[in-house]
Amino acid sequence: MKKLSLIFTYLIAFAAIIMSPSLFAAEGLDQAINSFFSASTGWFVGLIFAPIPGTSFPWIVLWLVIGASVFSLYFGFIQFRGVGHSISLVKGDYSNPNDAGEVSHFQALTTALSGTVGLGNIAGVAVAVGIGGAGATFWMILAGLLGMASKFTECTLGVKYRNEYADGRVSGGPMYYISKGFAEKGLPGGKLLAGLFAVFCILGAFGGGNMFQANQAHAQLSGVIGDYPGWITGVVFAVIVFAVIVGGIKSIANVTEKVVPFMGILYVGAALVILLMNFDKIGWAFGQIIEGAFTGLGIAGGFVGALIQGFKRAAFSNEAGVGSAAIAHSAVQTNEPVTEGLVSLLEPFIDTVVICTMTALVIIITGQLMTDPATGMYILDGSKIATVDGNSGVALTSAAFGASISWFPYILVIAVILFAFSTMLSWSYYGLKAWTYLFGESEKSELTFKIIFCLFIIVGAAASLGPVIDFSDAAIFAMAVVNITGLYFLMPVVKKELASYMSRLESGEIKKFKD
Amino acid sequence: MSATIVVGLDGSEAGNRALAYAKRLATLIGEECTLELVCVVEWSPYTFQTAEENATRKSHRKTELESANTRVVQPAIESLKADGIKANGRVLHGKVAQLLNNIAVETNAEQVIVARSSEQGLSARVFGSVTANLVMSSNVPVTVVS
Repeated sequence: MKKLSLIFTYLIAFAAIIMSPSLFAAEGLDQAINSFFSASTGWFVGLIFAPIPGTSFPWIVLWLVIGASVFSLYFGFIQFRGVGHSISLVKGDYSNPNDAGEVSHFQALTTALSGTVGLGNIAGVAVAVGIGGAGATFWMILAGLLGMASKFTECTLGVKYRNEYADGRVSGGPMYYISKGFAEKGLPGGKLLAGLFAVFCILGAFGGGNMFQANQAHAQLSGVIGDYPGWITGVVFAVIVFAVIVGGIKSIANVTEKVVPFMGILYVGAALVILLMNFDKIGWAFGQIIEGAFTGLGIAGGFVGALIQGFKRAAFSNEAGVGSAAIAHSAVQTNEPVTEGLVSLLEPFIDTVVICTMTALVIIITGQLMTDPATGMYILDGSKIATVDGNSGVALTSAAFGASISWFPYILVIAVILFAFSTMLSWSYYGLKAWTYLFGESEKSELTFKIIFCLFIIVGAAASLGPVIDFSDAAIFAMAVVNITGLYFLMPVVKKELASYMSRLESGEIKKFKD
Repeated sequence: MSATIVVGLDGSEAGNRALAYAKRLATLIGEECTLELVCVVEWSPYTFQTAEENATRKSHRKTELESANTRVVQPAIESLKADGIKANGRVLHGKVAQLLNNIAVETNAEQVIVARSSEQGLSARVFGSVTANLVMSSNVPVTVVS
């Protein structure tokens, strides 16, 4: 009864805000939200993306590259030597039949994937190649491959230091492994770092996990059915998300979770069809990717510009080193934390190396990026590459698919809405876990987070792409600053776990349950 | 010589008919016969779940096991024991047909007794009912009680 009245109070407050006559009457509400939004988040974005003194290279990109490279080297390129075993684990070859009914490796992986496979793969890649050219794809793939080691490290720790409560609930993620891991090693500052991560995770949940999704879903919708104010899409999304996360209407979430994987397969399938239709251009496209990666092909900032875009978009899409996936993976049933680390390294591969590359190839092959026929260099429109119809973001991907399959933009609308919705649901959970870590697990505290989350959907759909993407990136990357710092201190723990697991696997102590 | 019969239970009326038939067989065989009661909670490791479902899965599993045990398996065992019939029971998660067959092989059972499946609709048409799957794949004789 108390819960009902609390929900009712919040519902009225929520309705009052979104239905406010002054909001409806205000002309250019979108612009108002947009200018307020960019003014209030600009300092944060500036701090995260500050260039290294004397260069134009953002320090945060270097931070991610160094982190992923260090983990790759430290674990002896586990992303390559461990892949075969990862696939066996996902297939369930090593799952004890007595654990049937618990969360399997497959389920933990697909749940985490539904949080990462989203608009980053469709719109984010378009942003990367729209600014960084074809060469950005090369750096994106490299970042995906290196990021597999970051994901391995964080997800192993996520399982090792998770909290298992007496009632069977599980909570895990960087907040827990940083605070518990640091305490175990006698290192100071664990609680402070964990708290800082939780703050950034909440901001990330509002940014990349929410506003960016709403923003690009609106862009795709208005691109197909005609222009209309963004807040309308925002309100519709907010109401549906509200119904699921506050109202507890699980059926919507369940349907989404079941449809999204098929949408992903349909998306990759359509991309493959387009690549087959343009088979003769595949060699040329890879040539552009390699050449662009090292020369930039005339983009602003040259090859460094391509590298920055590739790494930024890859990190935003696969979230390796960010720490969010460790929250999702920590619910798996296993007594060996390393097994989930090995499974999780497949995530950046599927997300970035496969799906993002498909998007990039379709944009390149269908000739959306305009080049000067005389020089072969890109034609620039400000800092961006000029595109055939002046599109950017999700509209560019849509135009690229539409150039080969005229009706595909309509399918893409459904895919975009579902991807956006499932990513929002995943991030509402990640954000909530961070929120409850800071403010406790009371009903009131959880509801407060959920209401704010829904309001940010409206802001995200109404704001223009520039400030939303900048804030989304900044929030997600701020998580990576804290998380990777924690991973550096805790990676010896993972190494010890890995060595122990591998030696028991080789000695036959860890056995397959299925042949 | 001992004889084991595996009985599939699901708490339904049809399941009770399968149990009644198994009870009759056990009475005819005599005290050498043991009934192995199995209640399977249909579950697959390859479904798609939300992060929240995953986080609470362990507690849900515990509830499912307890509920099936107290509602279906224990009452059946008690009623059999009251009639002097030896019986064991277990609750498992997984694919019904596959698990019933596994247990039949593991316990060296003479046969498996199940009720006719009540599933209908598209999924039963496309993938076949649980009973049909068991009959097709079982390593021991299967009796289907209508």
